[in-house]
Amino acid sequence: MKTIKFYTLTILIAVLFTACSESNDDPIVIDENPLAAFNLLSSFEANNHTVEVYSKQNQYTIGYNELFFRIKDNGTDSYISDASLTMTPMMHMEMMSHSCPKSTISNTKEASVYKGFSIFQMPGNATEYWELGLEYSFGGQTYNLAERIEVKAPADGKKRVNVFTGADENRYVLAMMPMKPEVAVNDFSAMLFKMENMMTFPVAEGYTIEIDPRMPGMGNHSSPNNQNLTFDASNNMYKGKLSLTMTGYWKINLKVKDASGALLKGEDVTEENEASSLYFEMEF
Amino acid sequence: MKFYRGDLNCQVAKTHHKKPVILYWGCLLLIVISFTNSFGQTEEVFHTDSILTVHLQEVILIKSRMPEDYQKQAKPLAFIDDYLEKSHKVCMVKRGAYAWEPMVNSMTSERLSITIDGMRIFPACTDKMDPITSYVDVSNLQHAKITSGQEGAEIGSAIGGGIDLQLDKSGFENKGWQTSFESGFEANNMQRILGSEINYSDKMSYVDADIIYRKADNYAAGGGEEVAFSQFEKYNLSANGGIKINKNESVSASFIYDEARNVGYPALPMDVSLARGIIGSAEYQNQRLLGLDDFTSKIYFNTITHIMDDSQRPDVPIRMDMPGWSDTYGFINKANLKTDKHSLLLKWDGFYNRSLAEMTMYPNNSNEPPMFMLTWPDVHTLNTGIYLEDELQLNDGQLKLSGRLAFQDNRVADEFGLNSLRIFYPNMEASQTRLLKSISVRYRKSLGNFEVSTGLSFGDRAPSVSEGFGFYLFNSFDNHDYIGNPEMQNEQSYEANGKLSWKKGKANFTLSGNYFHMPNYIIGEVAQDLSTMTIGAAGVKIYTNLDHATQYNATLESNFEIASHLSCDAALSYHRGFDHEGRNLPFISPLAYSASLQYAQKSFTAAFQLSGAGDQVNFNPEFGEDKTAAYTVFSLNMGKNFTFGNRNLIYAKVGVENIFDTWYSTFTDWANIPRMGRNVYATLTYNIN
Repeated sequence: MKTIKFYTLTILIAVLFTACSESNDDPIVIDENPLAAFNLLSSFEANNHTVEVYSKQNQYTIGYNELFFRIKDNGTDSYISDASLTMTPMMHMEMMSHSCPKSTISNTKEASVYKGFSIFQMPGNATEYWELGLEYSFGGQTYNLAERIEVKAPADGKKRVNVFTGADENRYVLAMMPMKPEVAVNDFSAMLFKMENMMTFPVAEGYTIEIDPRMPGMGNHSSPNNQNLTFDASNNMYKGKLSLTMTGYWKINLKVKDASGALLKGEDVTEENEASSLYFEMEF
Repeated sequence: MKFYRGDLNCQVAKTHHKKPVILYWGCLLLIVISFTNSFGQTEEVFHTDSILTVHLQEVILIKSRMPEDYQKQAKPLAFIDDYLEKSHKVCMVKRGAYAWEPMVNSMTSERLSITIDGMRIFPACTDKMDPITSYVDVSNLQHAKITSGQEGAEIGSAIGGGIDLQLDKSGFENKGWQTSFESGFEANNMQRILGSEINYSDKMSYVDADIIYRKADNYAAGGGEEVAFSQFEKYNLSANGGIKINKNESVSASFIYDEARNVGYPALPMDVSLARGIIGSAEYQNQRLLGLDDFTSKIYFNTITHIMDDSQRPDVPIRMDMPGWSDTYGFINKANLKTDKHSLLLKWDGFYNRSLAEMTMYPNNSNEPPMFMLTWPDVHTLNTGIYLEDELQLNDGQLKLSGRLAFQDNRVADEFGLNSLRIFYPNMEASQTRLLKSISVRYRKSLGNFEVSTGLSFGDRAPSVSEGFGFYLFNSFDNHDYIGNPEMQNEQSYEANGKLSWKKGKANFTLSGNYFHMPNYIIGEVAQDLSTMTIGAAGVKIYTNLDHATQYNATLESNFEIASHLSCDAALSYHRGFDHEGRNLPFISPLAYSASLQYAQKSFTAAFQLSGAGDQVNFNPEFGEDKTAAYTVFSLNMGKNFTFGNRNLIYAKVGVENIFDTWYSTFTDWANIPRMGRNVYATLTYNIN
């Protein structure tokens, strides 16, 4: 009797498990836009394609911008998978033009969605503007487009990118990675690029970014147990820890040192010197 | 202006007072009363160790149901704080005219267990502006029981001692209806006091209800300096009642509502716009249950709301809101068991407390968002313990053994608060448990005219919410921000105490002393590398266990009956406290003395008192203390009963405190704020039986 019970139970369990796994095997059909949660920043019409640019932000903002791309074939009204893309943002100034630090564009889990980032150093205006150049290829063919985009200062006006000339006479771009600050020890990261020429901004490796968070509204109150940002080669980022003891407006004073420890830019915060010339800002 | 510690501390302005007129009326009243009669007894502190055998405790009578009792009160409608201060064991830390913080054996509230009718209540203010004694009033209370050292463990784990404020209840006595109206006036700060109570009791039931209202303006220090932000307004309602079920069983309930508004704290940078306490309990009593005597089972709750406010202060570096809340739920079961030689007290109690406090600061730049932090991160404390006490009658004396074993769990319930503390303590767990122990032995013996009692005990305590979990709590005395430390050990205390009394005829001398050796003593120590939060603060301190600290005190008391209606008493006390490196502990009393001469007749009493202290030689400069100067102040009071009608009575009492209008400040005055100058007071009670 007991054995029968045991077998019945085993079979029941087995049936239940197979039933579950079978139902999981059904393909999940999603005809919704996989980027529906993001904001459509641009929709470029070129080459009988529509190239859509999405972001978590609602505008191209100075500083770090994570961008998502989709290419729609206007003829078939379908999105193109497994294309390869490169982007070249260009700032057209009155006297010259230059690009900015940017990533390669990679595929995402969604075959028709591609992503990369661009770090704009400055906003555009009436006479000086950013142009986003895109080169994409699929099916053995390569297409190009270049369209003007509006890069604006962030709505809160807070500084998240610094362009500076270091003591070594090189120009650098230092950008804070987006984060949701909390009253806690926060993961804090930034990217540092060296400006080799107008078009090339390689990642600066092995430097140290020292942080000193302060609240100017609270007599320059600081927080304990911060960790300076050090280079993480796995994702080309500088990572550290940022302690925030309360909500409000914080100024993260910075000092950048090269691999040998030589100070490139930034000053200590003291009684006399309220802030470093190099800083990020945040408010929450 | 003698004292002015910038905008963070008291602000004093000279004003011309309406005092001369009041003084004149006060003196006139005094003269009238002294002519109608002749002098009396105002002993308010009853040293009952001889009644309660081997206990070493003081009972301070607060409520006067009998005319004789009433007459013993120097100032019948004074704050409970004034009453407590009559004990030589108790000192009150003063941050203004209201809500003084009691100390026993020169130890403040975190080292004491303070209860109301045995109920644990925890203040809701991070800056100790609302000791729980501020949520009751004299109209609610019958007496205060002050215990020293581990004797306080009866009501909760403690180091320094305990204060249990006993609610006033008519009880099951055939007294019928009693109504009374009380009014009082204090000239110095124009304090107006109005109160009324109504009581009914018979053999099977009783109901008591009372209300009291107080409102005061700023007080003036000696010499006439007005101490700005020392005003207050408060009212208190309470009701309690009981029903007898049968000969042995009864049920009772009590309720207190206390609300203070617009309370100034001249010693602090902030005032209080609201301090509200709601305290309730229900109790079952059985005089004989399963062979146990006086079985009592009680459940209680209380909820405290405390709102700090700086809106009245003219210039502050930054505006802020600092509300705090504390809710406690608890139970007490206790019973006695008496045999020929043993007298046992068995007690099982527990409480659950939630303490939450927050701070929102509004930047001067209105474009910046408000700054918010949790200063008490919603700390949930669960504590349950058993207490056992046995009094043994030996052939040649009495022996008392007592012990408490309690389990305490502290949990930081708010994620925001936990993350805040993890900035300092990255590996901090949300919850921590502690075992709290107390054991003591005490022996008493009579030898002719002498009576000796001596005791040894050990006890420990958990850090308070502020000490364990506080987040940037500003202390305006030492001008430091304090950070709690959840990684601290229990503070321990090895205690020895002794008392020697000599009584012959009408003279009585008592010498008593306590010695505390306290390993893991908890105190804030400067953390050099930390940045201050409060604008203008000098630094940050983190609570730490010191290797140990030592405290001892000795008191000599005497009283003498000069004639049948005339008596005098005097007391001299000395306290000392220092840590393992010899640094002085804060708030340790210098040499202090008091003396009084009392005259008491059936319907007339009078008393002349003096009290004072020597220079505070042993002060703690790291805590902001300095050498507070010696002082002596004098006071005088007279009282008279008028009987009329059947059993109706009027009690009148007038008095003058600080007769010579001396400007003085004591070691317990926060940031050296001066005490009240000359104060003429009068109270009138109308009692209808």
